Amino acid sequence: MAGPLQPGGHVAAALSQAERAGVEPSCSSARPAGERDAAGMAVAVGRPSNDDLRNLSLSGHVGFDSLPDQLVNKSTSQGFCFNILCVGETGIGKSTLMDTLFNTKFESDPATHNEPGVRLKARSYELQESNVRLKLTIVDTVGFGDQINKDDSYKPIVEYIDTQFEAYLQEELKIKRSLFNYHDTRIHACLYFIAPTGHSLKSLDLVTMKKLDSKVNIIPIIAKADTIAKNELHKFKSKIMSELVSNGVQIYQFPTDEETVAEINATMSVHLPFAVVGSTEEVKIGNKMTKARQYPWGVVQVENENHCDFVKLREMLIRVNMEDLREQTHTRHYELYRRCKLEEMGFKDTDPDSKPFSLQETYEAKRNEFLGELQKKEEEMRQMFVMRVKEKEAELKEAEKDLHEKFDHLKRTHQEEKKKVEDKKKELEEELTNFQKKKAAAQLLQSQAQQAGSQQTKKDKDKKNASFT
Amino acid sequence: MHGREKTKEGSSLVPGCTSMEEKPGQPAPEETPSNAPPGTVGRELFGYVGIEAVLDQMRIKTMKTGFEFNIMVVGQSGLGKSTMVNTLFKSKVSRKPTGPGYEERIPQTMQLQSVTHVIVEKGVKMKLTVTDTPGFGDQINNENCWDPIVKYIKEQYEKYLREEILISRKRKIPDTRVHSCVYFVPPTGHWLRPLDLEFMRRLSKIVNVVPVIAKADTLTLEERAEFKQRIQEDLKAHGINVYPQEDLDDDSDDRLLNKKIRDKIPFAVVGADTEHQVNGKRVLGRRTKWGIIEVENPAHCEFPLLRDLLIRSHLQDLKDVTHNVHYESYRVQRLNESNQLAPSPAAGLLGKHEMESNL
Repeated sequence: MAGPLQPGGHVAAALSQAERAGVEPSCSSARPAGERDAAGMAVAVGRPSNDDLRNLSLSGHVGFDSLPDQLVNKSTSQGFCFNILCVGETGIGKSTLMDTLFNTKFESDPATHNEPGVRLKARSYELQESNVRLKLTIVDTVGFGDQINKDDSYKPIVEYIDTQFEAYLQEELKIKRSLFNYHDTRIHACLYFIAPTGHSLKSLDLVTMKKLDSKVNIIPIIAKADTIAKNELHKFKSKIMSELVSNGVQIYQFPTDEETVAEINATMSVHLPFAVVGSTEEVKIGNKMTKARQYPWGVVQVENENHCDFVKLREMLIRVNMEDLREQTHTRHYELYRRCKLEEMGFKDTDPDSKPFSLQETYEAKRNEFLGELQKKEEEMRQMFVMRVKEKEAELKEAEKDLHEKFDHLKRTHQEEKKKVEDKKKELEEELTNFQKKKAAAQLLQSQAQQAGSQQTKKDKDKKNASFT
Repeated sequence: MHGREKTKEGSSLVPGCTSMEEKPGQPAPEETPSNAPPGTVGRELFGYVGIEAVLDQMRIKTMKTGFEFNIMVVGQSGLGKSTMVNTLFKSKVSRKPTGPGYEERIPQTMQLQSVTHVIVEKGVKMKLTVTDTPGFGDQINNENCWDPIVKYIKEQYEKYLREEILISRKRKIPDTRVHSCVYFVPPTGHWLRPLDLEFMRRLSKIVNVVPVIAKADTLTLEERAEFKQRIQEDLKAHGINVYPQEDLDDDSDDRLLNKKIRDKIPFAVVGADTEHQVNGKRVLGRRTKWGIIEVENPAHCEFPLLRDLLIRSHLQDLKDVTHNVHYESYRVQRLNESNQLAPSPAAGLLGKHEMESNL
């Protein structure tokens, strides 16, 4: 199906040359009559330079300068997604900072300190400013740094980030997909809250940031910065940065390739990590109400650049680089995840001489493998089944034999008993007849005896009578 | 730089004029109403945050990377396709030598030619690719003359798809897919010919087709209206969905706007790349013995409408429809083909799919 697509850079050059020479382009395209392939595209895939492309000058107003506006209008009507992950210990000021950043009150109850493990809580909000709709998702790490054993603290965070990437990947790989109205839940920025100890990074911080730096844009910030004095702050910042560099942690680099933002990004990067103070309470300063924290010794104004770097953070995070954060997440972190995941599953890109549709081939191979395994398993199961059946049969036969034997035995016993009983019966009958005979004989004797007796008495009587005479 | 002391200008975005430095940081207490849709939690902002700066950021980014636009012109020889493209982009995009004694040869078979240029206007860089189809419909037997075109369009989709499914893919996949196909209908004044119907029917399923009546200066205004009416009826009767497609309208605003456009399709256009003097102004036009036909005069022809549709208002939409609708249906078809042998493995990456054929 794939026709031979020539890298057409030279074709374009040939075309343009031919045209300049005044020759009819269709004849110079060097295609034999009857062959119906597409002409070589004038741009070779992958060549970023436009040497072979002619730059045309316009003789009037065409109107495609409205193109960025068309694009922006489309995006505005769809709305934007932005997802922030806040990583930091309980009580370090994550929720307050979010409230301060977005100038609103997100509902949240302060978390307790006895969470058994780290879990992530995500909440989505819809913010609207003029005609821009923002779907903001704030993910909080609840219970971070509270456990006694913090070995596994980073795991739920990494898992959460990976799950969001996975969800996007699944959607992208579906056959019927709808990417243009997919609610993007991938984390675009991770604000890492560093505790204001004034010394250096905690080992938990280093470990967690190292695990996260290839998955998300990390922006480290020093929380509760009003506890650090100015001179200590400078030392603290440089210590943190040098530790990050020496441990190879890659934090988010503000882009400096675009002239409009290069300058501001460069100046801001010097102040990393930003030392911020968050506050939602307002204090009257002069004749204005500003967000500030009131202490007996003074007032820390959140938006005063001499007091803290909050304004810088807001500028960098929202006003200058939000789009870049989203782009980096999609083109760098997500692509890396996707590549690793697909390689892990056994897919490879093709080498030049194998068939083009690599994914299909691999799917086929995998499917055949799977079917083969399935068959093997089926065989095994069948054999096992047969064996079991045989065993059971043998058992049953044994049991049957036993039963038969028992039956025979019982029958024999029964017969013996019966014979015995009959013998006894015969004996008894004999006895009975004997007894009867005896009885009859006895009776005869008795009657004889009686007769004799009565005769005797009669004789006696006669004698007596005779004697009287 | 931060201008905290300046008061905030109006919150509406003035295209192209705002720059980073002018964004004030002063939180003027301003309640912006949040019409949050049901289901999400809406939050009112107690002051200016600066979220709308993301629009500017986006604009800057896209201007830096530039745009790509690929247009294809299809029609019989002599309908003025190359002239039209030149008029549209106000430059010699397709150079056809037009000296005396020059004959344009009709090629034996249809070929596709693509020419790419980079044009810059007010800082916006556009890489324009025009694909011409000399020889379309010129043979005696025109059966299947749309096949090379369909094949070409599908090849571009295939190229993009292959790039997209690579493991390590490029940051920006080069987009060579045809975003719009302008079909030139000869100004017969009667009906659409079977070739036109067949072609548009097949192609409107895979690409955005914009039909135009070519060389409309041969029709009077009444004839034009009648011709258009008949063409519209024809298209509807055959179920041909030309751009802007009715079923893709998002909301009522879109529908209203697109309905107005749909009532005027196909545009009756005249192309010209020579300038003439009319009322003291230089205008693009064609000079005839009975007058000068001004190309950009809406009373004379509908070229401005076509230009506005293609470039000024719907360019991004054309690209979006190509990417979200036509490319996706091609992808579905292609991936379904490869899975036709057995249902996808249970633990597979692919979700449930339905067999859908689009041609």
